[in-house]
Amino acid sequence: MRSGIFAGLLLATVSAAAAFAQGGPIKLANVAELSGGGATVGTNWKNGIDLAIEEINAKGGVLGRKLEVTHADSQSNPGVARAQVQKALDNEPYVLLGPGYSGSVKVTSPLAAEAGIAQIMGGEAAELTQGGNKFLFRTSFGQQSSMPKVAKYINDELKAKSVAIVWVNNDFGKGGRDVITKEFAKYNIKVAADISTEAGQADFAADVSKIKAAAPDAVFVYVNEEESARMLKELKRQAITVPLMGETTLVGQKVVELAGDAANGARGHVGLTTDAPVDLVKAFREKFLKKYNYVPDHNGLKGYLAIYMIKATTEKMGKVDAKAFADTLHGLTIKAASEPGILMDVTFDEKGDIDRQGFLVEIVDGKQVVKQVLPKLN
Amino acid sequence: MSNLLDLLVAGLATGAIYALVAVGFTLLWQTSQTINFAQGEFVMLPAFLMLAVMHVGAPFWLAILIGILLSLLLLGLGFKLLLVDPMLRHGVLPLAIATMALAIGMKEAVKQFFSAEASPFPSIVPAGDVSILGRVVSLQSLGVLALAIAVVIGLTMLLNRTSIGHQMQATAQNPTVARIIGVPVERMILMTFLINAFLVALASLLITPIYLAKFSSGEVLGQAAFIAAIVGGFNQVRGAIAGGLLIGVVDNLAAAYVSTQYRAAVPLILLIVIILFRPQGLLGRPEERTV
Repeated sequence: MRSGIFAGLLLATVSAAAAFAQGGPIKLANVAELSGGGATVGTNWKNGIDLAIEEINAKGGVLGRKLEVTHADSQSNPGVARAQVQKALDNEPYVLLGPGYSGSVKVTSPLAAEAGIAQIMGGEAAELTQGGNKFLFRTSFGQQSSMPKVAKYINDELKAKSVAIVWVNNDFGKGGRDVITKEFAKYNIKVAADISTEAGQADFAADVSKIKAAAPDAVFVYVNEEESARMLKELKRQAITVPLMGETTLVGQKVVELAGDAANGARGHVGLTTDAPVDLVKAFREKFLKKYNYVPDHNGLKGYLAIYMIKATTEKMGKVDAKAFADTLHGLTIKAASEPGILMDVTFDEKGDIDRQGFLVEIVDGKQVVKQVLPKLN
Repeated sequence: MSNLLDLLVAGLATGAIYALVAVGFTLLWQTSQTINFAQGEFVMLPAFLMLAVMHVGAPFWLAILIGILLSLLLLGLGFKLLLVDPMLRHGVLPLAIATMALAIGMKEAVKQFFSAEASPFPSIVPAGDVSILGRVVSLQSLGVLALAIAVVIGLTMLLNRTSIGHQMQATAQNPTVARIIGVPVERMILMTFLINAFLVALASLLITPIYLAKFSSGEVLGQAAFIAAIVGGFNQVRGAIAGGLLIGVVDNLAAAYVSTQYRAAVPLILLIVIILFRPQGLLGRPEERTV
């Protein structure tokens, strides 16, 4: 009799533990630039993640299970990012989120791949998805997708024959500089000045003097957000009046806030913007503004979308399976009609790159104004 | 040639701000043997104090006023009474290490209370350009340069032409003799801490619109000013001024004509050369100490 009770209790305990394991929270790990030079990137990314998780959990979670995320600070340092990712992977998360800096993604992606954990990140360097890593996924366009559009715009719309390139000397900047230089060559656009700057650089007076001396028809600026703001201020200080062209990092919300009037007239290609003429994006903007009291840049959108990528993929699988996650996401198209949180229809290819509509914007009176909508390719 | 002129103007504008901060280094060293490794963070903090005052709705001019007053209180009086006085009796080295700890504490506190992100900061100099020798030069560069030079001239006049200045110099040269002839040494030392607090607040006001308000913005500035003070002469105010201007110009010329990657190394190379061939600095005077 006693042994029967004991066996019954044991069975009940094991069943309860199994049920808890099945129905407990889905654990996610985020490693992002919460301090250091990339604090704008990481903070927006984190806030987007938290907003999406709050929404999903309020509606019952994913397959009936709540999402739970831990945030770790990479301090915008690839070495710290690697240590934080290793620590995060030791806790066996369902999916790894971040980092946002390409250099940090580069050193952490082998760890996630080795662990067989999908990594949804914010890096944009072209090379990140070219190495055959089957577990790495973008939340925005890679440089190989965006730079051809930028070069075409500079040639067709700005009619520039010579361009000064200002880039940041890290994986993100070097990748962008290499791709845009090749694209300029296709249009016979001369590189009037090739100016490398440092991450975290505070003083751009000498760099702008070099641009002034080169007298280009346009300037292409490809540095991180805070440096973009300082660069724009210095360009204005030294009265550079030629068109300023860039990518998302030149015309983001935070850059506009930091650079003030100096940002007016800057143009860029953005994969994601809260000023997009898309109802779901506008609704996201309002929700974010209400929760955090500021308008996010594209990194806020990236973090938000990363969570809805997880939701849509998991629901497609019908189970929470970390090992099968990456296989399912490859080749998957998520439609905003069926999953509004994804905001715009998106397709992931076999490399983890994305296909989605993009935008060409200009800063007018301190606001991003969408000048062209570039449709999704497939 | 025209490019060189642009670089010189920009370098002098930045160098003038380095000079303000470097002067603070030399003043504290001369009167109280304090090497303040938190000097860069001292420049970072006033901008955040002003932003905090503006955040509660005060106009910019009032924020400047309150920010300067708070700087005098915290970075002048508070620094001296709470950190320098208790630590100095244990020697120069423990005090220097304590200021390093203070620097870390200030950075982390600002990160905690404000944000790790950069914030915009308004400029006291209006936007716009003027033409000089056929070159377009921004009013901001000229304004920064003019204001910094005016303060440096004012400070030099205070030290050389007023009774208080003479008493401060006497305190710096020999506090024991100064005390014997009736100089209120303690008050003079406090005065130098207050002057340093005023200078860093002013530097903060001038540099933050360009560098943006960020918890880590003092790192570069503190290092540049420290190098400037040594290059110019750690024991001479005029040396710190010359060193600041020189480092500002050298830094800009290095970025333009050497490379951006090596720009930070050039002032350090200059520092090594000065230490090897003129240890007292360009305008400093040799000091002999007995052990």
